[in-house]
Amino acid sequence: MASEWSPGSSSRRTFIKQTTGLAGLTLAPMNQAEPSAPGPTLVQGATELSLRINGRVYSLRAEPRTTLLDALREYLHLTGTKKGCDHGQCGACTVHVDGERITSCLTLAIMQQGKQITTIEGLAKGDQLHPMQEAFLKHDGFQCGYCTPGQIMSAVACIREGHATSDDQCREWMSGNICRCGAYPNILAAIREVASSQ
Amino acid sequence: MNPTNNPTFADQQSSSDVVGKPLVRVDGRAKVMGAAVYSAEHNQLPDLAHAVIKTSDVAKGRITGFDDSAAKRIPGVLGIFTHLNLPPLAQTPSTSEGKKKIALAMQMSFTPLTSDQIFYAGQPVAIVVADTLEHAQHAAALLKVSVVAETPVVSYRDTQAKLFTPTEGAAAQVPAKRGDAQAAFSNAPVQLTLTCQHATNHHNPMEPGATIAHWEAADRVTVYDTTQAIASTHKALYVMLGLPPDNVRVVTKFLGGGFGSKLTMWPHTVLTAQVAKAVGRPVKLVLTRPQMFTSMGHREDQQQTLRLGATKEGKLLALLHEKISTTSPWDNYAEMNSKIVHMLYACPNFDASVKLARANVMTSTYMRGPGEAPGSFAIECAMDDLAYQVGLDPIAIRLLNHADKDPGTGKPWSSKSLKQCYERGAELFGWGKRNPKNGATRQGNKLVGWGMASGSYPVHDAQGNARVRLYADGHALVQAAATDLGTGTYTIITQVAADSLGIAPENVYFELGDSALPTTAMSGGSRAAGTVSSSVFLAAQDVWQKLIKLAIADQHSPVYKAKPADVEAVKGRLQLKADSTKGEAFITLMQRIGLDDLEGVATGHYGSSYESPEATLNTPQAKKDDAASHSMHSFSAHFCEVEVDTELGTVHVTRWVSVVAAGRILNSMTARSQVIGGSIFGIGAALMEGTVRDPHLARYTNASLADYHVCVHADIPEMTVAFIDEEDRYINAMGVKGLGEVSIVGTSAAVSNAIFHAIGHRLTSLPITPDKVLKALRKTQ
Ligand code: FES
Ligand code: FES
Repeated sequence: MASEWSPGSSSRRTFIKQTTGLAGLTLAPMNQAEPSAPGPTLVQGATELSLRINGRVYSLRAEPRTTLLDALREYLHLTGTKKGCDHGQCGACTVHVDGERITSCLTLAIMQQGKQITTIEGLAKGDQLHPMQEAFLKHDGFQCGYCTPGQIMSAVACIREGHATSDDQCREWMSGNICRCGAYPNILAAIREVASSQ
Repeated sequence: MNPTNNPTFADQQSSSDVVGKPLVRVDGRAKVMGAAVYSAEHNQLPDLAHAVIKTSDVAKGRITGFDDSAAKRIPGVLGIFTHLNLPPLAQTPSTSEGKKKIALAMQMSFTPLTSDQIFYAGQPVAIVVADTLEHAQHAAALLKVSVVAETPVVSYRDTQAKLFTPTEGAAAQVPAKRGDAQAAFSNAPVQLTLTCQHATNHHNPMEPGATIAHWEAADRVTVYDTTQAIASTHKALYVMLGLPPDNVRVVTKFLGGGFGSKLTMWPHTVLTAQVAKAVGRPVKLVLTRPQMFTSMGHREDQQQTLRLGATKEGKLLALLHEKISTTSPWDNYAEMNSKIVHMLYACPNFDASVKLARANVMTSTYMRGPGEAPGSFAIECAMDDLAYQVGLDPIAIRLLNHADKDPGTGKPWSSKSLKQCYERGAELFGWGKRNPKNGATRQGNKLVGWGMASGSYPVHDAQGNARVRLYADGHALVQAAATDLGTGTYTIITQVAADSLGIAPENVYFELGDSALPTTAMSGGSRAAGTVSSSVFLAAQDVWQKLIKLAIADQHSPVYKAKPADVEAVKGRLQLKADSTKGEAFITLMQRIGLDDLEGVATGHYGSSYESPEATLNTPQAKKDDAASHSMHSFSAHFCEVEVDTELGTVHVTRWVSVVAAGRILNSMTARSQVIGGSIFGIGAALMEGTVRDPHLARYTNASLADYHVCVHADIPEMTVAFIDEEDRYINAMGVKGLGEVSIVGTSAAVSNAIFHAIGHRLTSLPITPDKVLKALRKTQ
């Protein structure tokens, strides 16, 4: 494996599709393993991928090394999910996969096939905003708005996880989402309001 | 002033139905839905290709060759550009002619990919374009660059560094001396010397710098860029590309923060335009986070020494400020810390100096509160020390030295409510209950401290244009080439337009972020709110003047045949001043006379070039200089509580109060957010932000968001913000001073002062990390 990933090696474009072995990379616990293929499958070069995003199936042609984040932004033009660092350090790219928050820059699109992916674009029901989106508006939980999709996706999951039961707990569990504009107190107010109304 | 303005509308905007109210951001819905399109997201362009910059790992040296054999083999590669094959620019800021033409639109005069020389680590040495991002990244990784490395100079502290006193450039603009500060200091009964060290800081807006260049014809390009300054990016591009201004269009509809990093144009923007032209396809370039540390400037690493002389009672006699900092091989830039030392307190003797050392770094740049942020750290920590030394409360020492007029120029303030800031802040914070003893408030293994500091920021002169088109159906299109980097421009201007036109904010469509719109000031130096709001307000007055002319000529109008000066516009109604029942809504008039829409334009002035309508129209020439004869600043006071863990040395901010006096507040909610954001920026600078260059390689060792720490949720307590109502008749038609910078100035000092109060030691090397706190605490034990 090691040599597969060394920069400069052309085999970096190959990917061993082994559902159980690599799912850990998503940081999301494997609660519902999909029926795994009998052995590793070698996927090479641009391939047809199919992703279930916001309840819709999207097809795209991308390489195995394409991250979920780049697949969303550059291939599917779902640019609501933001890239702030590409290294799992800022949270701007947070999406839900099977209901759990993950940083979409740290997972490959190919690994997320067959899962339910929710992005910021899929949070509202048509014109009706999700209560978290409403709360962000009401409390001015953002300025430039660039970290906002990630904050909102993280916030929704944070409540679902039961990690927004006190101010301090919520601060701690939201600390993976950086806001350089410094909207933290307002974001906290928004999350806590939604949490307490549930 | 627009000549069409008439004394009828003299004075400032006064009716406020929505101005000042906490209107929810008009662009908020798009932002929370992920529908706001930022500069890197104009994906609709046909055949959009991707560029990736390859940067130098060494900080000094010479490129001896490239090996692109492997890179070229990557499918989809459209071009690999280096100094050897990149088509040249018409102008660069590296020549004196180019520099003159580009002026302040670019901060760094060096243009990468024009020679084999390497001057700093992270300098672009090649740019690779491919059909997909993955292909471009892979090819850039495979491109081999051979370099002969030399020993770099790392900073002003490097033994190789040569200090010099700049005679030109921004670093030479030292405020004028007054009195004889050296002598006054030597004779002062109380003498204090404070030396502060500041680590390099990086803006790190969450949205990285990004550019999409789309050549619509061989001589016509649209550039979607992350810029806080449409007009100057536009200028830099047309000059460098050698195109007529009309052939270059710059678009920035949404901007993911900037904090100064996106204020002037940087080389990657023009590089993108160059390679897009060369490959004949629209090209997108997004800087990586590590590249953000070497592409868009930084706040320079610096040391400042402030010597302060005072009477035994604590009255200032002398202030002597010295600054030493690192600059690039080409430019003389240093943020001017001494500006605020010069004006914050009444003090008869003042002197300042700046020294620079060239090192192998890119040119540093404006960062939130440039000059004032670090300058306030020095003066506000020193005032705190003085208070301690003479046995006064920190607020008392500041009141004792309050500057009733500008100590630098002797001019009266256009408005100043600093005393009210202290008073209100003290009340909100409960300052009266402060333990006067330092290092004496314990809570378990924590020491608790309360600190405060003042802030101030000048009104920088600016002007800008706006266009207002009012439609007969009651809605309006308002345009100015401003940007909204999260500061709320979209919202506050919508509010101003709504009130000026007497229509509801939902009927205002404010368009910004496009060089095709009326040129206006950059969003920087706290200029935008005051400039754009004034120009929009005045453009609305232009609309009214035109409508009044039509009304008095229309025999069905209730104001038919009235004198223009006898008619006023109130909440969208044109009526007689003497009898408000004689009038009608503009909609009625426009529909009756069959006028679908009407346009007004105006230039708004901000700062000393502003002439109040009163001054220009009703008063003798002598009073015209009214605005110029005032010193214009916003003021603030920040209050901070910290808990210092005596075992771990960690500092946690547990309470915060900011009180700001910045003229008219256009939206109480977005204004509060901006102030909170500024304080958090300052808390970060005080406690954790610092970029470290390797002492041998001059390469940043922590160029990532995992290693360059900024505040996160867990660092920030509940924060209280209050504004002091101010009416300033001298600054602009709206009486707005701007908030972006004054919200950070003084904040780092407030944190340091709270730490001083908590542990009884003055820490002046930023950031104040746990190791420094522990070292100080060990001195006591
Ligand atoms: S972009 Fe994924 S965490 Fe920053
Ligand atoms: S709103 Fe700008 S980074 Fe959070």
